Amino acid sequence: MIEVLQHLDLTPFVLSFKLALFTTIILFLLSVPLAWYLSQTDSEIKPFLEAMTALPLVLPPSVLGFYILISLSTQSPIGAFFEEIFDIKLLFSFTGLVLASCIYSLPFMVQPIQGGFETLHRPMLEASYIAGKSRFETLLRVALPNIKPALLTGIIITFAHTVGEFGVILMVGGSIPHETKVASVAIYEMVEMMDYTAAHIYSALMVLMSFLVLLGVYVFNAKQTAKIGRFHR
Amino acid sequence: MIEIDIVKKLHGVEKDMLLKVDIQIEDESFIAISGVSGSGKTTLLRILAGLETAEGYIKVDGEVWLDTHSFKPIQQREIGFVFQDYALFPNMTVEEHLLFVQKDKKLALELLEMTGLDALAKRKPFTLSGGQQQRVNLCRAMMRRPKVLLMDEPLSALDIAMRLKLQNEIKALHERFKTTTLMVSHDPSEIYHMAKRVIVLKSGKIVDDGMPKEVLLKTSGSAKFSFEGRIIDIVQADVIYIAIIAIGQQLTEIVVTPEEIQDMTIGQKVSISTKAFSPLVQYHYRTN
Repeated sequence: MIEVLQHLDLTPFVLSFKLALFTTIILFLLSVPLAWYLSQTDSEIKPFLEAMTALPLVLPPSVLGFYILISLSTQSPIGAFFEEIFDIKLLFSFTGLVLASCIYSLPFMVQPIQGGFETLHRPMLEASYIAGKSRFETLLRVALPNIKPALLTGIIITFAHTVGEFGVILMVGGSIPHETKVASVAIYEMVEMMDYTAAHIYSALMVLMSFLVLLGVYVFNAKQTAKIGRFHR
Repeated sequence: MIEIDIVKKLHGVEKDMLLKVDIQIEDESFIAISGVSGSGKTTLLRILAGLETAEGYIKVDGEVWLDTHSFKPIQQREIGFVFQDYALFPNMTVEEHLLFVQKDKKLALELLEMTGLDALAKRKPFTLSGGQQQRVNLCRAMMRRPKVLLMDEPLSALDIAMRLKLQNEIKALHERFKTTTLMVSHDPSEIYHMAKRVIVLKSGKIVDDGMPKEVLLKTSGSAKFSFEGRIIDIVQADVIYIAIIAIGQQLTEIVVTPEEIQDMTIGQKVSISTKAFSPLVQYHYRTN
């Protein structure tokens, strides 16, 4: 057991967390404007956009992975574009994984933030417009500071969900050590090779970290709600 | 001078109706807008603020805010809006609310002193009472030195004592800044105390417009007092009958003749009026 621990290769964990970190940052920057738009608009395209955003929630990862695989290959316009302009091969590379994760985890970032914006008291936003502030300034100075619990939920759930991703990664990234072999894939391979001790250690680490992160979120949210909860409808 | 001539279709709870308002408002006036709920009072304020649109035109000091070709955005209309339920920003202190609107520390301090909020400048809204929150709302609306101040039932969520206090503060602010003010209110004593003119809306139309004295003191016939009430019970006492009538929260006993009860049923709405007597006004010891 101790020998196993000494020879434990932590690269898959590092890779998992790097992937989750990049995905979370990119998705946060994309999702705030999208969620703000969805929460404020009465446009007819809203249900269409919402359905598109939620699609990764219901699709089997293999279906999603399959389409991402096809669209990122050098035969497709997207894959060809990246290869010609940036000289980046998206398939079976870390960059491709980040792109795939952003699609896969999109609803986990957009939905909590959109929910947060929707609970904001509308006259409060109107008061900001009447004070002469633009929509953008209202978003930055009034809306965002008052939905901190929703922002934190979005960030943490997206991060955790990306760490836990398996099917899409296997299809788009394969299992290349130091490039696309993340923790979840590594565990799968260990079980396949009947290396149960290593699988146990990896899995237990995953369970422990995930639980602590979620616990942190719920404790923080409970405190925030107790503080400003009565200002939300 | 504000010129308003607008039409807007409203989807009411029971049926659709047309909000049709054609009024002119003198500079520096204080106007109350009254009427039962659903008569279009709040919508009128929201159209003036630019929060909703309508057909027709709105001109303020000769400048077009709304007509068929143009719509001045909310941000550029110089208005203050006092929301009924405060609509404060939970993330900002009292002082930050005011400076958010305009970085004018001198004006902010003056407003905070006039409303007695200066000691609470560093507090967040969730630590304040209802009356204090409404004062922040009011000060925030005044920070833009607005051409028009719009107030949507600003005092209806407060208790009587707080209401009277705030009425005086709003009056003081109006005397100091001379802002043309439109206030939606249901409370006749509030309207009488504060406004120079009252406009009564009913189902989207103006049904009365004049000085509060003329509009509010109108009672049918030559009666001195007139109350609306509901018959709770009718009991016989010897040759006469006594009707128990609820007027608001208060129950009263009124003597009625056997002839009169012919047309009365329990639960019926009635009006009770009296004339030709000298009423007694007694000082009411305040308990709070």
